[in-house]
Amino acid sequence: MDTLLFLLKNMIPYMIPLTVVALGGMFSERSGIVNIALEGIMVFGASIGIFFMYFFPNLFPPQMMLIAALIIALISGAVFSLLHAYASVNLKANQVISGTALNLFATSFHVFVARIVTPNGVEGVKFNNIYRIPTVPFLSDIPFLGPILFTNTYITTFIGFGILFISSYVLFKTRFGLRLRACGEHPQAADSVGINVNRMRYIGVLISGALAGMGGLILIVPSTVEYTGVVSGYGFLALAVLIFGQWRPSKIILAAAFFGLMQTISNSSGLIFFMSLGIPKYFYQIVPYVATLIVLTFTSKKSAAPKAAGEPYDPGKR
Amino acid sequence: MKKFILNDNVQKILASLTAILIGFIFGFLILLFAASIKTQATNPIEGFITIITGGMRYNGIKGFGIILRYTTPVLLTGLSVGFAFKTGLFNIGAAGQFVMGGFTAAYIAIKWTFIPLEFLWIVALLGAIVVGGIWGMISGVLKAYRNVNEVISSIMLNYIGMITVSNLVFTIKDRFNPSRSQVPLSRIPTFGLDKVFGLNTVDFGIFIAIAVAILIYIVLEKTSFGYELKACGYNREAARYAGINDKKGIILSMTIAGALSGLGGALVYISSITKVFDQSLVLQREGFDGISVALLGLSNPLGIIFSSFFISMLRNAGSSLSRAGFNDEVIRIMTSTIIYASAFSLLFRDKIHKLFNKKEGK
Repeated sequence: MDTLLFLLKNMIPYMIPLTVVALGGMFSERSGIVNIALEGIMVFGASIGIFFMYFFPNLFPPQMMLIAALIIALISGAVFSLLHAYASVNLKANQVISGTALNLFATSFHVFVARIVTPNGVEGVKFNNIYRIPTVPFLSDIPFLGPILFTNTYITTFIGFGILFISSYVLFKTRFGLRLRACGEHPQAADSVGINVNRMRYIGVLISGALAGMGGLILIVPSTVEYTGVVSGYGFLALAVLIFGQWRPSKIILAAAFFGLMQTISNSSGLIFFMSLGIPKYFYQIVPYVATLIVLTFTSKKSAAPKAAGEPYDPGKR
Repeated sequence: MKKFILNDNVQKILASLTAILIGFIFGFLILLFAASIKTQATNPIEGFITIITGGMRYNGIKGFGIILRYTTPVLLTGLSVGFAFKTGLFNIGAAGQFVMGGFTAAYIAIKWTFIPLEFLWIVALLGAIVVGGIWGMISGVLKAYRNVNEVISSIMLNYIGMITVSNLVFTIKDRFNPSRSQVPLSRIPTFGLDKVFGLNTVDFGIFIAIAVAILIYIVLEKTSFGYELKACGYNREAARYAGINDKKGIILSMTIAGALSGLGGALVYISSITKVFDQSLVLQREGFDGISVALLGLSNPLGIIFSSFFISMLRNAGSSLSRAGFNDEVIRIMTSTIIYASAFSLLFRDKIHKLFNKKEGK
């Protein structure tokens, strides 16, 4: 029981950023643009957010500070993603090319700036992690859920759930969501009824950039006190979550929970329960990646991918 | 003249050169920017000269040899990514195939003592090709039969390969020394290249790499097998309608791509100066440089020979950029700019067409 509680508790810091970034990827792909730059946008958003914390550590009280940094990461992610939108919408370029360029740029940008602004010229930027919330009145006392969600938690957990509900509502219950989905499935049909496909695709990519930028900071803040410009493949893992989650918010959160749990198990090989199983450490290390492969093997066959995702819009095509 | 400019291949080359030019201009601006805010002594002009000479102004002919040494693996990982691109697949898994192949080669060159030493390195290269091919094939099979996105599966295989090799090196030990470098019994010969370029620079591997590039060019452009693979890439349904086995095509493409990266790994890990198997669990940069190389070389094997040399020149420049007071991130920012600018090639070609057609008054 304690082991289960421990695993679920430690799953949250992985699950929330994966959910947020995968939801971002969902908006982009639903509009018809594959965003392989999620990784780079996470790095970039986290970078600007962390620099903000580094330069103005005491601008606001802690929780306000974190929210301000999240908003800054969100805006910088959206601005950065404009580069991807311009290349893939206006230039009709191969969407992999600009995505790769953004991924490459983000980490080098962070290291470049960090080496200039830090006193010793190092790439790691330290920040004070003062954002943890030890207990929430009343809610922490709820059995089971209390210790998992409301003890030693971060405000980002609740922001993540909020984004999940809003995304689900926007995508399936609003006119905008319907139009966005139409552009990803059959842009020519959408165009024929007067929807501006290019504009919708821009918005899709911008939302993905905003969520990925914020997701980067959500991943970094609880897990470390020094940011070196890497998010260790979480942007790509979020793409896997998106596919496993079949491009639907309700399934994306479950997929993210699954990956989060695998990652936690991978980190917990030293736990007494796992020690008693006598499995070599190596197998724990590869668990998240092998599990991803196995899960995708069984869920990809009937893919629900938006049909036009990855194709530049060509109005003359039927 | 007009015919020359409107030639498709000439335009592709011009587009790449323009992208490189944009990258250089952007790089120079970054140097100026960094110089204006840095406190320690910097010299942007010096830095820029270092970049455009590929660092060879400091280490001359030896520098040229070092650039060729860097070129060998990224030429092969570039071919790997480029070959998959040509057949409609994105092989982002070069890093995993690279390290698996490299480990296999080192393992054979250390353990298979029953083979005469003068042939051992050849067997090691073949072993790397097989294991790298298998690593790529996994993604191909998953894609062909289970519709698993090859980008995701090969990223997962990158991590699995990296962790596996790190664990194997640590458990086998013997002549694998995790803290220093492994000591293979047989290495890729230098055939006197060390006399020309100095010790610890280039070896015979560069010729193997170039020969493989030419071979891949012939396969892709001059054989019906290559044509079938490319047809699968252009339009999978149409290829199937034309009687091409598209599943087989996907699996073979990824297998060949994996084999190329695996060979690239072998050419580094048992080269005259061996690369250490990294214990810090980071993906090898050769794998990702391969993506840049392939994009810049427009996935054309002959183009990749030049782009791999160019990327290696920048890498060599990066290592001596500190003499002018800069860090080598400038190089990576430049590379990303060049790749982003290469996405403009379609626009660039459009512009050229308009420009030349206007002149005739059409």
